[in-house]
Amino acid sequence: MSVSNATREPRWVQITLTLLALLVLALFLVLPLATVIIQALSKGVDRSIATLENQDTLSAIRLTLTVALISVPLNLIFGLSASWAITKFTFPGKSLLVSLIEIPFSVSPVISGLIFVLLFGLRGLFGPWLIDHDMKIIFALPGLVLATVFVTFPFVARELIPLMEEQGRDEEEAALVLGAGGFRAFWSITLPNVRWGLLYGVLLCNARAMGEFGAVSVVSGHVRGLTNTLPLHVEILYNDYDFVGAFTAASILALLALVTLILKTALEWWHRDELASSRH
Amino acid sequence: MNKIIVSLVASALVLGIAAKTQAADSVTLLNVSYDPTRELYQRINDAFAKDWKAKTGQTVTINQSHGGSGKQARSVIDGLEADVVTLGLAGDIDALVQNGGLVAPKWQSHFANNSTPYTSTIIFLVRKGNPKGIKDWDDLVKPGVEVITPNPKTSGGARWNYLAAWGYAEDKYHGDKAKVEGYITALLHNVPVLDSGARGSTTSFAQRELGDVLLAWENEAGLVIQEFGDNFDIVVPSESILAEPPVAIVDKVVDKHGTRKVAEAYLTFLYSPEGQEIEAKNHFRPRDPKVAEKYAKDFPKIKLFTIDQKFGGWSKAQPEHFNDGGTFDQLYAKR
Repeated sequence: MSVSNATREPRWVQITLTLLALLVLALFLVLPLATVIIQALSKGVDRSIATLENQDTLSAIRLTLTVALISVPLNLIFGLSASWAITKFTFPGKSLLVSLIEIPFSVSPVISGLIFVLLFGLRGLFGPWLIDHDMKIIFALPGLVLATVFVTFPFVARELIPLMEEQGRDEEEAALVLGAGGFRAFWSITLPNVRWGLLYGVLLCNARAMGEFGAVSVVSGHVRGLTNTLPLHVEILYNDYDFVGAFTAASILALLALVTLILKTALEWWHRDELASSRH
Repeated sequence: MNKIIVSLVASALVLGIAAKTQAADSVTLLNVSYDPTRELYQRINDAFAKDWKAKTGQTVTINQSHGGSGKQARSVIDGLEADVVTLGLAGDIDALVQNGGLVAPKWQSHFANNSTPYTSTIIFLVRKGNPKGIKDWDDLVKPGVEVITPNPKTSGGARWNYLAAWGYAEDKYHGDKAKVEGYITALLHNVPVLDSGARGSTTSFAQRELGDVLLAWENEAGLVIQEFGDNFDIVVPSESILAEPPVAIVDKVVDKHGTRKVAEAYLTFLYSPEGQEIEAKNHFRPRDPKVAEKYAKDFPKIKLFTIDQKFGGWSKAQPEHFNDGGTFDQLYAKR
């Protein structure tokens, strides 16, 4: 038996297990995705393209990208600083902070949206103040961003904390002893060490930011062409009996996710040597 | 395709929607409406924009939001800045009066016909050829007939359905309350699933092929025939309810936006011959006698009762039938 075989299972077990995994994958991932795309093209490519030229669909795509472009960097900065603080320093209330970061994971997205309605709604806590100062939060872009930031809060931090914990503080301490400042140590040691974990966290965060439905639905107001993100627009088109349109919009959403995935694979491929050396 | 890529890239670069500055030669309205009016207001908005431009030279853009009537009212209460609301039933606009005084208390007398520019009624949609032979309300309680209707707790349309059935039973049993309740219980027994909105029920029936008969807005049934072609037949019962979906100006919002004049003109346009014609074409019953006559063949004559005649208006019907512990809750538990 060759050394590279990690297990001693007979060949048929290995093959059966692999096939089983592939079957499940095909049944639960590939098939539904294929159905979406087939439905989108069911009345011909022209009809699908017509949907894409519809102003409301375009603005939904624009809005989704805008929301992701604002919330992902915010959560990148937040996640990075939170995990840095948690893993490289000791301070009281640390475990409380770790649990707080995870709240968005354990709360239903609908509740995440309602929080903001209760805070910033017309009859909410800050509602009257906002009215007096002529500011709009919910049923507008800021509300959509807030809800998205809240829901995607933990992605970067959850990815980085275990990684940083594993790496320990030895290298940073060495840098400090050799005379580097805190920022320098962070920039030249901590950040390069976690950059793959960071990338992965950002991609997950981005995927969720673009796909979020529940929380965003509560604060959106569903105004066509103004406050409808792409996932909300899919629902609207479906309820308009525009099935081709709905599935086309859904395909775009899937495509955006695919682009992120391809980006990640490409990056991994470009840096494969470096990646291999860091994974020994 | 190129246009799309360019606009995607552009939007990615610009980051953030720049606040739209409103010039004096253009004005924007937000119409918050209920579920089945999507197609109607698309056309009304285009026609009104042309009309307003011709009269004033001003360009008007009307933004639309659609959803279950009750849910939409909730959003406006929470701060969705609707200049006008066009909802499924008067009770939902009353909620805007009671919560924050967004709408003036006497809104219903502000426009003609109780502020309802068009009406509709509740009819049946059955599968092609009517295999179960459904002709009237009595046939809905027969064993083995599956009736699709949404949940009256969340859907305005469902409340009209429920009251239409109730009103029929009241006439049939000469007001014998026990017999009326028996009829409604039997009807609910034949309902396999309660969707949350009228559109959800329609897709359950038409797309997912659930059930034998759909209780539907007349306008919704007309649209299904138009969209899904020959798979369905419309059945008109002997008697039904006159459904009055009302419209109102949201006073607090138009005063803030300075849009009262155009909002007023927009809702008045719904009563104009042109507006009435668009409504008739979208299967809503027009109020204008001339337009009504022109489209008479599209709207079968039914004996219609109003909610005021039979139920003493929404302010009485809502708590009696649909609030927690009302007849719907009681009879649904018994079914």
